[in-house]
Amino acid sequence: MNSFRTPLGRVRGLGTANAGTQHWWQERVTSVALVPLTLWFVIAVIGLIGQPWEAVALWLSSPLSAVLAVLFVVVSFYHAALGLQVVIEDYVHSEGAKVALLLAVKFLCVLLGTAGVFSVLKIAFGG
Amino acid sequence: MAGTGSRPLSPHLQVYRPQITSVLSITHRITGIGLSAGLLLLVWWLVAAATGPEAYATVQGFMGSWLGLLLLFGFTLANWYHFCNGIRHLVWDAGYGFEMPSVYLGGWFVVGAALGLTVLTWLVALIVW
Repeated sequence: MNSFRTPLGRVRGLGTANAGTQHWWQERVTSVALVPLTLWFVIAVIGLIGQPWEAVALWLSSPLSAVLAVLFVVVSFYHAALGLQVVIEDYVHSEGAKVALLLAVKFLCVLLGTAGVFSVLKIAFGG
Repeated sequence: MAGTGSRPLSPHLQVYRPQITSVLSITHRITGIGLSAGLLLLVWWLVAAATGPEAYATVQGFMGSWLGLLLLFGFTLANWYHFCNGIRHLVWDAGYGFEMPSVYLGGWFVVGAALGLTVLTWLVALIVW
């Protein structure tokens, strides 16, 4: 059946979960990005403690803050989705429940991440 | 399965004495799940800020309550643990620190750094507040 396919063609994409090292590597890349982003975000939020709403509006009106906040939200949710996927694949063995949970986690991460990004941009563009 | 009765099996978690290596490993995973849940707080905060001053005041009121402060403290501790142990993982990924003394030293360093950063964060936060 496969005699017309090259050896490379037959094995391509058949690594871990049919995706090779891509998942693992993306988890590392996002973790490296989150090191400076997390440090920046924690320091920024400490400066906003007890401050009124206007302080948040002023903070995100700066393009640098808005861009970094968008990146923090996007990379955090991407990293969370990758990590939660591994947890589900490790502990949920029923195929139906596994696929349902994986879909739920992916959809929730995209939904909440989009809500976070939209909120940052709305404030950044002046409410 | 036939024939598996006399074969030595890999020890189960239930009979394996907990060690710093295994405890820190599962803690990394648990804090990762906790931080994912904590992202709900982050999005709630951002959406409220985008909605307006009243919604933002509501979130601030919750964050200042004892339950909010408890959640934020747990969020901080989980964040710094996952942060420090994540860097430990990146060092391993780069091919360093696999000797047993390094594994133990790195593990205790991560525990100390996570606790220290949490205390530092809250000290600064309380001074600012």
